[in-house]
Amino acid sequence: MTYIEFLDVYGGRLIDGTIVTIYQFFLATFVAVAAALAFGLMRLSQNLMLRAVAVAYIEFFRGTSLLVQLFWIFFVLPLFGITLDKFTAGFLAVGLNMGAYGAELVRGAVLAVPKGQWEAALALNMAPHNRMRRIILPQAFVIMLPPWGNLIIEILKGTALVALIAVADLMFEVRQINITTFLSAESFGTAIVIYYVIARFFVTPGMRGLERLMNRRIGKA
Amino acid sequence: MTENLESYPLSLEGDGIPMVRFQNVTKRYGALVVLNQLDLDVSAGEMVTIIGPSGSGKTTVLRMLMTLETIDDGVIYVEGEPLTHMERNGGLVPANSSHLRRIRSKIGMCFQHFNLFPHMTALGNCMEGPVQVLGLPRKEAEERSLELLDMVGMIDKRDQHPSRLSGGQQQRVAIARALAMRPKVMLFDEVTSALDPEVISEVTGVIKHLVDTHNLTMLMVTHQMGFAKEISDRVCFFFDGAIEEQGTPTKLFENPERERTQQFLNAVLHAN
Ligand SMILES: Nc1ncnc2c1ncn2[C@@H]1O[C@H](COP(=O)(O)OP(=O)(O)O)[C@@H](O)[C@H]1O
Ligand SMILES: [Mg+2]
Repeated sequence: MTYIEFLDVYGGRLIDGTIVTIYQFFLATFVAVAAALAFGLMRLSQNLMLRAVAVAYIEFFRGTSLLVQLFWIFFVLPLFGITLDKFTAGFLAVGLNMGAYGAELVRGAVLAVPKGQWEAALALNMAPHNRMRRIILPQAFVIMLPPWGNLIIEILKGTALVALIAVADLMFEVRQINITTFLSAESFGTAIVIYYVIARFFVTPGMRGLERLMNRRIGKA
Repeated sequence: MTENLESYPLSLEGDGIPMVRFQNVTKRYGALVVLNQLDLDVSAGEMVTIIGPSGSGKTTVLRMLMTLETIDDGVIYVEGEPLTHMERNGGLVPANSSHLRRIRSKIGMCFQHFNLFPHMTALGNCMEGPVQVLGLPRKEAEERSLELLDMVGMIDKRDQHPSRLSGGQQQRVAIARALAMRPKVMLFDEVTSALDPEVISEVTGVIKHLVDTHNLTMLMVTHQMGFAKEISDRVCFFFDGAIEEQGTPTKLFENPERERTQQFLNAVLHAN
């Protein structure tokens, strides 16, 4: 079987898998961003309870492996009465895991906004939530975009693990094809190329574009 | 925490109450006493300049009044009302955040490094407070801001972000931004120290104009003795966290009584 024939036979399944991977990737990114913002800001709160919850979240998800967390969410949560379908469990696990790293990026970026900005906002008598929303976060956003670019690539790679709870993503399809055909080089080789193309030609340029846009909006570039 | 709070009045009464009063105010950082039992009154409409060597506590005076720093002893009053404290059951207790917000609204401040919001245009910087804090309609906030940008000579640059403006231009926008909140007291902390010599007059010119045309109360820290002499009603020489000497500019600059004042002025004048 030539590689062309391989693609001819299995191309459809590879495309289906890629689409599922892209869905997983987008949803996991959304979860990660939301969790990072919420827990990153809670981590900075004056309120001890909120801070404690944020620290617990960050420690748990950064301190244990993504694969174990994925299995936990899919196999163990049902024992506590929370049953999620595999698709949801997949992006939720990846998103929550990466969100813990993202929370530290949010925290670091907020703290990196110059002190003078907080002071100028206070001198204008802005309320704390306005200060954060209008003055600090827009600047923190620009600061944390480059590290988020790396994290989002990690999210994409992390989604490959959802194959292990039988979400029919690219990795899952490729493993199935490999099992039935023993064409390991063709199967896994194609997967590597597809992951690389998504990361290198879609995600990275997208993030760069966003960085340029944001820099223009603050009048930098 | 202020001791003997019962010895401070709940509010200042009678004619001629000062716009700002520091009463027995002490500020410490750990063991370092930065301001030691400061007493200072500033009358409504008065322009008071603070001079003194680096580290003598000048900036701290302004920052405490702007509520950027807490105080360790004493009480600060604004328009006769306590700022750092508030009345509870007939006595003074430390101010809560809503009290601070209410009194803080009377005060505006300009900083040495301008601290403009980099993600907003000059006009956006000026409108931010009026819209977000005072709740003015955008149109009204814009009119007010444009008027002030015009006054500081920055109307042409209204749509520029701070990164496109020179230091002198940024500082003028910062003055307009502070004034847009209609404060009663304006604080200027070395607003020309970060500027190139040739643009200093852009900023001092604006402040002079304010003194001439507005009835603002102003407290200004500066190293520009000529400017201080020209526009101040009163000059306070700070040394080691206390007022060493104060008086009219003529008296302080031409006939300083204290040796430390003489030494400081000699050093500064010779350096220039
Ligand atoms: N956040 C701080 N922590 C510790 N020391 C400080 C802090 N801010 C100011 N100081 C100290 O307080 C003293 C007075 O500072 P400042 O009011 O800025 O002086 P000035 O404006 O007259 O130069 C200085 O010795 C300075 O080092
Ligand atoms: Mg200073």
